[in-house]
Formats: sequence, structure tokens, C-alpha cells
Amino acid sequence: MNKLYIKISADIANDAFIRSTVAAFCVELNPTVEQIEDIKTAVSEAFTNCVIHGYECKKGNYVYLDLCVDDGKLSIIISDGGKGIENVEKAMEPFFTTKPEEERSGMGFTLMGTFMDEMRVDSTPGKGTTVTMVKNIGKEVA
Amino acid sequence: MQLNILNKGDAVVAELDGELDEHTASQVREALDKRISAGGFRNFVFDFSRLSFMDSTGIGMLLGRYKILKRSGAGIYISSPRPQVDKILSLAGIYSIIQKINL
Repeated sequence: MNKLYIKISADIANDAFIRSTVAAFCVELNPTVEQIEDIKTAVSEAFTNCVIHGYECKKGNYVYLDLCVDDGKLSIIISDGGKGIENVEKAMEPFFTTKPEEERSGMGFTLMGTFMDEMRVDSTPGKGTTVTMVKNIGKEVA
Repeated sequence: MQLNILNKGDAVVAELDGELDEHTASQVREALDKRISAGGFRNFVFDFSRLSFMDSTGIGMLLGRYKILKRSGAGIYISSPRPQVDKILSLAGIYSIIQKINL
């Protein structure tokens, strides 16, 4: 088992760093290129949601990532202390967005759910959102 | 992210080179809209052969440009997306409105 905890400024400029870091962290599980790409996409979606929706781009906030590789699985918990989601079920519908005027596709949760093997969203309005995702990669290389 | 906009006959080819995410999308949108509003083309091609990463921000960016280009009557195409980008575009149903080609 290996674990990594990250607290990083909720700045969208950190998106590329975060998805690359998560991809590098799971390399010990010997993922395929496709699995790496799936993980990077899902992490980018989750991090972007924290910054854009959770904190509405306000400075001085943080996104928290709790990563774990164990028994061939990568677990990712991404959370923010932002505004939260009023209706999680609605937010997870494909093409649903609260910001259509900003050219948001509303496909973030759909991509996370499609590219990861497990996904769960817990949110409390006014307190924040936590997204938990699992990717089954394979057994660790000895 | 680097964006190269080329004129090829009656077509404009926009080559996206790098990673398209929320951080890089605004500069791409701005440059594309500037070229689209200048006009003088019949077809507009998004060349994705060197686009190494794209998340759902790219879907929103494409749909926004599609609406503008459709009003101008131009043909709209996506060329040579890499497998992950292709997977995202397929999932979002983009190919039902923008044709995929190989330049």
C-alpha cells in the first residue's frame, strides 16, 4: 500500500500539475496508456469542478487530494470546502450545467463515471463536495 | 497549449498542439473567435492530431465554436483526434454534429 495526501491552492493553473501527479503516483501499478489517460481526464474534471463550481474561482482556497494504491487499485478522494451542490443527482445528469453561459458542457461527472470503475459524490450545501473514485488497474509489479 | 491557424485554399485549419483544459481554453477560444469573425473561408477544420489531452472543457469550447460557425454556413470538421480525445468526443455525441476526417 502507498498513500499520498496533497493540499493545493484552488487555482486552475494547477490542473495540469495535479492530473500529472496522480498519473505518476499510480505508475507502480503498471497501468496501460489508456488507463493513465482515463485517470488524468477524471482528475482534471474533479479538480476543475472544485475550482470553478466549488469555490467559483475565488482565491485563497484549497483542494485536497487523498490518494491510495493498494491491491491493484487506485483510490482518489478529491474534496473542497466550497459552496457544495444542492442536487447531486441532477448535477450528475449528462449535459446538465448551472453555468450554460460560460460554455460548460455539463459532462464532467459523466466522464468521471465512465472513465473510473467507481465514483461517488458527497456534497453538503455551504460546506463542500467530496468525490471518491476508484480505478482497477492490476496487480502491483513486484 | 499552442494554436496554429492556417489558411489552406477555402479552408481554415486550426491546429491545437498541447493540452486543452480549463486553464488553457480561454486563450484558444479568443484566438479562434478572432479568426472566425474575420471570415473568408468555406470550411473550418479543428486539427486535433497534436492535442495530447482534452477534458470536458474542450466539449464546451467546440460546441460554442460550432454555434458561431453554423450561423456563417461554413463546413465544420474535426481531424485526426488521438484515442483519448476521440473517446471523449464520441461519448459527448460531438460527431453527430461535427464530422470527423483525416487530413
